[in-house]
Amino acid sequence: MNYPANADQLGLCLCHGCGQACDLSSSAHICTRCGAAIHRRKANAIARGWAFLLAALVFYIPANLLPVMHTEMLGSGSESTIGGGVLEFWEAGAWDIALIIFIASVGVPAIKFFSLGLLLFTVQHRSTWACRQRSQLYRLVELIGYWSMLDVMVVALVAALVQLRGLGTIEPRVGILFFGLVVVLTMLSAMSFDPRLIWDSHANEGRPH
Amino acid sequence: MGQQTDEREGAGQVEVRTRRWSVSLVWIVPILAILIGASLVVRNWMQQGPVIAISFHSGEGLVAGKTQVKYRSVVIGEVTTVDLADDKKSVVAKVQLTDDARAFAAQGARFWVVRPRIGMGGISGVDTLLSGSFIGADSGESKVPEKTFVGLELPPPITFDEKGKRFFLTASDLGSLDVGSSIYYRKIPVGEVVSFALQDDGKGVEIGVFVQAPYDSFVTADSRFWNASGVDMQIGANGLKVDTESLSSILVGGLAFGSPDFAPQAEPAADQARFQLFADRDSALAPPNGQAQYLQLRFDQAMRGLSVGAPVEFKGVEFGRVTSIKLDYDAERQSFPVVVDAVVYPQRLGPVHRKMLAVFKHTEGDVDGARRLIGTFVEHGLRAQARSGNLITGQMFISLDFYPDTPKVAFDMAANPITIPTLPGSLEQLQEQLQRVVERIAKLPLESIASNLDGSLRELRASLKQFNGQTLPDVKVALDEMHKTLRTANAAISEDSPQRERMGETLDELERMSRSLRDLADYLGRHPESLIRGRPKAAGAAELEP
Repeated sequence: MNYPANADQLGLCLCHGCGQACDLSSSAHICTRCGAAIHRRKANAIARGWAFLLAALVFYIPANLLPVMHTEMLGSGSESTIGGGVLEFWEAGAWDIALIIFIASVGVPAIKFFSLGLLLFTVQHRSTWACRQRSQLYRLVELIGYWSMLDVMVVALVAALVQLRGLGTIEPRVGILFFGLVVVLTMLSAMSFDPRLIWDSHANEGRPH
Repeated sequence: MGQQTDEREGAGQVEVRTRRWSVSLVWIVPILAILIGASLVVRNWMQQGPVIAISFHSGEGLVAGKTQVKYRSVVIGEVTTVDLADDKKSVVAKVQLTDDARAFAAQGARFWVVRPRIGMGGISGVDTLLSGSFIGADSGESKVPEKTFVGLELPPPITFDEKGKRFFLTASDLGSLDVGSSIYYRKIPVGEVVSFALQDDGKGVEIGVFVQAPYDSFVTADSRFWNASGVDMQIGANGLKVDTESLSSILVGGLAFGSPDFAPQAEPAADQARFQLFADRDSALAPPNGQAQYLQLRFDQAMRGLSVGAPVEFKGVEFGRVTSIKLDYDAERQSFPVVVDAVVYPQRLGPVHRKMLAVFKHTEGDVDGARRLIGTFVEHGLRAQARSGNLITGQMFISLDFYPDTPKVAFDMAANPITIPTLPGSLEQLQEQLQRVVERIAKLPLESIASNLDGSLRELRASLKQFNGQTLPDVKVALDEMHKTLRTANAAISEDSPQRERMGETLDELERMSRSLRDLADYLGRHPESLIRGRPKAAGAAELEP
């Protein structure tokens, strides 16, 4: 692989505020032009990534176990969890809807957990394995991150719309809060991860050349 | 990161401080998450109450994970599984109770499936039509933990903590009562029948009733319960009597209670107290029977119209009833007397009985004393009589009364039961009097009267023949004579007869005569002296004029 030298190797760093290329070897890590703090990489990226990912994993359990929605129809109330809802749709024959819900609420978070975990693990161990694919994976994680709030949106919409007093009401339950927290935390985890770290070990390996 | 540190060895204190600070901050997030998760788990675990198993006859309306257990419309648990029992004779529903419903996992708790029910007493559980069935619960008194329960098929009529009192009534049969039948006090429903069971020996029924709270204080130690079911129609010696409590009690049966007027104001009855259930209001509110006294009466006439249960009255006050009517054979008199057994309750006579006891210095229950007393009464003319109480139905009753004029009868002190001499009944007396009249008529010498009458009639006929043959022609002649005479007389006084002419003249003459007589009288009135002196010469005829 023949790449031009990266900024790190040259001891340079772009200011996040004004784009000024600063010399990191010079005095303090402050932009010489606008005075903003400059970092070579996102600060403490791996620890933050792990912390948020771990918190998200913890919240993922109550998000799936606790009911997300309380449906009250003609006096009969029932509470539904995400898994229960998927099963209900599947058993009712609406496998397409069940699939959508499953992918949005179970598949996407699972993919995110797996991907972020993999990225963090490999970066921590300075793996040089499939750097390009890992970068693509990270972009995928960022991309699907936007769609993870689908469940939260559905519950919020339905709860706002179905308020028919005696006939039927739908109320959000605490599970959806945890689900939202999972999404937020995974997004935070993804945000705190610095994809440049994937290439750092590669660059280090390549530096002797 | 290692590389970073390598590179920043000379970066100074700022870098190191910043990193350490950020590390400690970011790890708060997962720690917080774990804490929240742990607290959720702990709370969930603490909120989970015991799991109980309830067996039901059928699993109708029970859905695992959906059917709720409710107490006073508050959810206290949820059915987690519904399975067939091992013996396949029932359905076992496992219920996860909430922590605050721990009291329901104790002995005495009751569970039943609330379904819409339509009964004679009303409609219940309509809300379950839309919402689906749920399991109703009622806690018990006991605190002994229990995990398996047998669900009730019907909701219990009263819940555990409902204020009021339970009472037990003993009756000979259940009548038309059922669980849920109302209890009325002054026609106000105040409670209901909650249970019934045969007595252990099968000789009666024990009915459990519940009287709701403020009304339970009206049940006193001397309250009487009676069956107010349906329409009570009685045709007895007292005529037709219809007694009902309410329309609902006609349909589903009911009980009523009350205190007799003579009862003293007693304390409210204790919980679980026992009472006797009377068949009707009258027998319930009758004065206490006291000691029963058995009497035997022997009637010589037929006792048609007297039935078992007919009242026995003393001077019109009912105080007993007929228990049996048997036909007996009296070998000595060659007759068939009717033996009537009766039971009387002297205490029902009220103050009379007490006074009598006081006067004769008897204690209640002194059988020999009572015997002596009745003996004295019989000596003074106490007699039993079968009387007709109702002319239309012909029902009879036994009346005890004093008849001082009746002939003395020996009273058998030793006889058991006490035998009271009898008198024929009022109708029988009438019959007897009629009999006597007829007998007297029969005794008349009708034969001789008839033969005498026959002779007389024959003579009469001879006389009449004589009269016809002899007297009548004479009469005819006489009549003819009379006819002739009358005709002569007629001719004599006819218009132009000389006799009549002469009569007219005579009458004229008479008129004149009377006029002159009047003149004379007038004259004499004016001149009375003329009778002596005669008429003065001067006096002319003119003077004679008045």
